[in-house]
Amino acid sequence: MRRLVNQRPGRGSTALLSVLPFILVLCAYFYYSHARLLANPGDKLLPAPATIAATMHRYAFEEDERSGDRLLWTDTGASLSRLAVALAISSGMGLALGLAIGVLPYLRATIAPFVAALSLIPPLAVLPILFIVAGLGETAKITLIIIGVAPFIVRDLAMRTAELPTEQIIKAQTLGASTWQLVTRVVLPQMWPRLIDALRLSLGSAWLFLIAAEAIASTEGLGYRIFLVRRYLAMDVILPYVAWITVLAFTMDWLLRLLRTKAFGWASGAA
Amino acid sequence: MTQVTVKHLWKEFDGNVVLENVNLQVDDHEFVTIVGASGCGKTTFLKMLLGIETPSRGAFLIDGQPLPNEPGPDRGIVFQRYSLFPHLTVMGNLLLGLELQGSPILCRLFGARRRRALDQARELLEAVGLQAAADKYPAQLSGGMQQRLSIAQSVICEPKILLLDEPFGALDPGITSDMHTLILKLWNMNKMTIFMVTHDLQESFALGTRVLVFDKVRVDAQAPEAFGATITFNIPLKGHRSPG
Repeated sequence: MRRLVNQRPGRGSTALLSVLPFILVLCAYFYYSHARLLANPGDKLLPAPATIAATMHRYAFEEDERSGDRLLWTDTGASLSRLAVALAISSGMGLALGLAIGVLPYLRATIAPFVAALSLIPPLAVLPILFIVAGLGETAKITLIIIGVAPFIVRDLAMRTAELPTEQIIKAQTLGASTWQLVTRVVLPQMWPRLIDALRLSLGSAWLFLIAAEAIASTEGLGYRIFLVRRYLAMDVILPYVAWITVLAFTMDWLLRLLRTKAFGWASGAA
Repeated sequence: MTQVTVKHLWKEFDGNVVLENVNLQVDDHEFVTIVGASGCGKTTFLKMLLGIETPSRGAFLIDGQPLPNEPGPDRGIVFQRYSLFPHLTVMGNLLLGLELQGSPILCRLFGARRRRALDQARELLEAVGLQAAADKYPAQLSGGMQQRLSIAQSVICEPKILLLDEPFGALDPGITSDMHTLILKLWNMNKMTIFMVTHDLQESFALGTRVLVFDKVRVDAQAPEAFGATITFNIPLKGHRSPG
């Protein structure tokens, strides 16, 4: 009998084992939903799968009576575009500031402590300020996400930049590199995969701030919808919406990981 | 012509004397090897030549001109490791120096200039025996191949001085003699002056036209930091070696 640490599942059983928890959760849901609905057909807490399917069909394929939109897609589009704009701006800030802090000692001395302090401000605490200053429109929501994730990306990239071996930086100078050339040919290309890592790590908080902002002031969006239908205990909307958000987040993470291996093959080999 | 002169050089770190009163005169196209116990300041000496450390007193002169206080294209460097760019292929690593010096803003060469640079890189790649690996990334190369590439990368910019900081220290002993042949070949091709720090006495005599031994002449048992090392032996060896 081999030790447990040396027993490894084969390829097929790895796949099977990885879907097992999902199946178990679904089975548990079906069981308890059925049990509750038997006891009280009007139960709203754990709606039957058929109810959920019907509701989602309505949300995805039928026009809403009031707005004329297909709500699921309007909500998804609104949320994803907010997220995309915020993450793009955060990435730009992360690269520009992170590289500058990592490469230029004078900027490091000036900005690094400031960014470190900024990153400790709880973003939700400044949300009221954002609503007061920027109004209830898109700007406030996007800014909230940026405040939430940009300082992390800036600091992460500054650290990754500073971690580049000094030997490389010196070598580049002996090959005639100016500061500009050093940044564009040596540092920046090596920071792209790091940026993707930082983005993947900040996806969770980006969604958190997106949903928080949408919950408070919005007219469409995945977070808005969840908090809107909460008033009617509409679990048949909330549960699939949460699952949909999870699928979206997972897909974004997967796409970023794919991009990293496809576009930056050199970074996934041995260090 | 490149003459390196060192005059009354001292280097201290916070009252800790590392080097004291180093004087040296090196002619054009010499191969200077530097040996000494660890901590005797031979790497500090190389760092000052490189421009990343400044002398506390005294001066380095290249052809009578004081050394710039930052690294530059006139002095190439090969470190023991980490001096390659992991995001560039072997060819990209080799082209980088030409691109940096030929194109200040875009750092890329186009058309006829790119073709000329590629030819130059291919020629050198062949000289260091890496033509088959041109499209690989540094992480896919063995330690010996990485060092050959790193040397070629410096040599392609035709520096007046090439600095080698224990370049073969991390390699298998079997590869070292190939590397010796290679460095001597490149040294003869490019007519540069080489300074090489090594801990291998045999290597220093096999390669050098001049061997420098760094050691402390004065030792105070109560205050070991009070005195620094200097060049205790400066041994000119007859004749420039040819490769092989």
